[in-house]
Amino acid sequence: MRQSVLTRAIIFAIAIVAAIIYLVPTFVSPLPSWWSSFLPTDRIKLGLDLQGGSHLVLGVKVDKAIENTVERIRGDLINVLREKGVSGVSVERVEGTQIQVKVAATNAERVRGILKSDFGNLVEAKTPQTSGGISEFYLTLSKEELRSLRDYAVDQSLETIRNRIDQFGVSEPIIQREGQENILIQLPGIQDPERAKEIIGKTALLEFKLVDDTVNVEDAIKNGPPPGRQVLYGHAGKGEGLAAEKQAYVVESRPLMTGEYIQDARVRPAEQLHGASVELILNASGARLFEQITAANVKRRLAIVLDNRVYSAPVIQERIGGGRASITGSFDIKEARDLSIVLRAGALPAPVEILEERTVGPSLGSDSIRQGVISFVVGSSLVIVFMIVYYRGAGAIADVALLFHILFLLAILAALKAVLTMPGIAGIVLIAGMAVDANVLINERIREELRAGRTPRSAIEAGFQHAMPAIIDTNVTTFLSGLILFQFGTGPIKGFAVTLCVGILTTVVTAVYMTRIYYDYRAVTGKLKQISI
Amino acid sequence: MELIKPGTKIPFTRYRYIAIAISSVVNLLVLILLFTKGPLLGVDFAGGTVAQLKFAKPVTIPEIRNALGDLGAGDTVIQDFGQEGSNEFLVRLQRTSAQLGELGEQIKARLTKQFGSNGFEVRRIESVGPKVGRELREKGAWSVIAATIMMGVYIWLRFELRFGLGAVIALIHDVLVTIGALLVANYEFDLTIVAALLTVVGFSVNDTVIVCDRVRDNLRKIKRDSLESIINMSINETLSRTIITTGTAILVLLALFILGGGVIRPFAFALLVGFFSGVYSTIFIASPVILLWEKGRIRK
Repeated sequence: MRQSVLTRAIIFAIAIVAAIIYLVPTFVSPLPSWWSSFLPTDRIKLGLDLQGGSHLVLGVKVDKAIENTVERIRGDLINVLREKGVSGVSVERVEGTQIQVKVAATNAERVRGILKSDFGNLVEAKTPQTSGGISEFYLTLSKEELRSLRDYAVDQSLETIRNRIDQFGVSEPIIQREGQENILIQLPGIQDPERAKEIIGKTALLEFKLVDDTVNVEDAIKNGPPPGRQVLYGHAGKGEGLAAEKQAYVVESRPLMTGEYIQDARVRPAEQLHGASVELILNASGARLFEQITAANVKRRLAIVLDNRVYSAPVIQERIGGGRASITGSFDIKEARDLSIVLRAGALPAPVEILEERTVGPSLGSDSIRQGVISFVVGSSLVIVFMIVYYRGAGAIADVALLFHILFLLAILAALKAVLTMPGIAGIVLIAGMAVDANVLINERIREELRAGRTPRSAIEAGFQHAMPAIIDTNVTTFLSGLILFQFGTGPIKGFAVTLCVGILTTVVTAVYMTRIYYDYRAVTGKLKQISI
Repeated sequence: MELIKPGTKIPFTRYRYIAIAISSVVNLLVLILLFTKGPLLGVDFAGGTVAQLKFAKPVTIPEIRNALGDLGAGDTVIQDFGQEGSNEFLVRLQRTSAQLGELGEQIKARLTKQFGSNGFEVRRIESVGPKVGRELREKGAWSVIAATIMMGVYIWLRFELRFGLGAVIALIHDVLVTIGALLVANYEFDLTIVAALLTVVGFSVNDTVIVCDRVRDNLRKIKRDSLESIINMSINETLSRTIITTGTAILVLLALFILGGGVIRPFAFALLVGFFSGVYSTIFIASPVILLWEKGRIRK
């Protein structure tokens, strides 16, 4: 037994040293350079509720992405049918994601053939019908296609948003997928959440569309635009206002070019008479395309449309080579900078909406930490004093175990790179009150055994042994509820669940095994004739 | 020191009918309250926006209301928050910032006009969409139910079915009493409250485990006594540990409740109530249920 006490004591000593090493980065800053080279440098991170920052949950409107895809396929289908000389066909998008093809029954077989050969990703949504010499096909995207499209929309949005945030400059942001269609974003220490939201949430779909000056704008607004045309409104910069927003344009619905060819976007500072502008630099194929477009449409107006708002509609004076275009509008330098960020990072494949937003200022966080630490010190002191008053020597042993529990708990949190939140601090405080429970069970049992007339040594032996089943069961139940909470919880609540679960484990280790080493040590050295309990 | 002297023989089981009657009435009242008055839902569950404001000088709620004016965000509820004299207030709005655009900016702009840019501070803004709120509400309710059943199953596996049943009924009692106390004290239900309820479920079952453990031991050791007297004996024998294990937790919770600040106070309150209720229900609900279950079986 002497041997086993020594072995266990050494194991615990090693655990204590390891715990201290893991905690050093949290409490020592900056770390000496020799430390960082081979010892752990992870510290306990503070959650957004303690250090301040923004927590956003975005929902990606994947249905919109699917509609856009279906709309694009519809356009392709019209083109293919026209190329192959099938006339008298109407192709419409119905019920959001279905394509309805109406064709004279005589042409039905040819259409069917084209659909089969060129549009393999479409499946029939309903069985085709023929009545009155007209055949109707209803097509939609296949299940697999829809699933991969949804996944793509969310993943692509995530990438784009990550790009934007990287350019915006936030240290240690967390950007991850949450559930099927949501994206979780955490921006620690951010001072201007409104601006971050503006940058993250913008779809940033850039399109170049020709203005159709042959159509009267008022007529188009009143009676609806002619086929293939649409009415778009102007964008108002900070300096303008309603007048610019009310400015209407009739443009061709089909864009000549979109933002996918952008290689870079730069801010040009304001010059005389002009506000700041954003210069677009197109990649090689974009430059070629832009040259063709401008050459073919000299003297016409080209609208630069971002998220369905017309920023400007300059007249094309001549063919523009070199792949440079600029977006003007009367925005200030900050707006121009934000615009250049979203243009560089690319468009979101689908619009996003903010489902959840939590922003905490830095002062609230430091107040919370202070209050948490005060309640921790007061709460655990009360427990420590109570244990000594109630169980005397055995209580003091339990108190020592409690202190080591706290050490281990914090060390494991640091090693797990856990995030400490306000509920997490509450969890640490609460666990301090629960940590001595195992010792209470053991001590009560030892008292019972002593009353039954056992010697101190055998009472301790029996006390530990008989208290064990209840200790295991009570901790398992609390641990289980912690696991459920971890499953359910988000953000701060998860922090509480983690401290609860880890704390349960460390209390069992310190309260049962550590105190046992002490009693066994006294037993082997023959100092267990009397115990204070 | 000894709180409960050895050899204490309080005839707890004798009071079981009156305890069950009182608890049933209390639980029924909580249910009625829950379905008539309904819980006060925080933004996590109801959706909407909450802003925590701190002012440099003492201000009154009507002053804040005037300064904010109509934000177009539905009903505006303003309440005192934090410690006395900290000049902190919570502003609750029905709508979210996503629906209203730059709600935070608007609040700041209007307060700046009235109190100056150094006169106040927006310490926290939380906005949750209605869809998220509904999802969280359902998930929260289910997780508490799942945890309760899981505790029952665990005790069933480790002990016997009747013990598991007693534990589940005791836990339902504790959860209902906690919810009732939150309703009466007008605390909002949010995610931290769900965390508190789950902790109550996981912790207050501990006392039941301790009693069950002793009942099982005593059933093995003592053959001639009735189940009732064995249960009574077991409760008495474990009474001091039941009280002390919960008591130490209550000590730290009191510290949290008084010193932990406004965000954590409802959480600490719920745990305090739940843990007290846990001691009561172990003695007066879980144990009698075991007894009643047994009697019912013998009669059959």
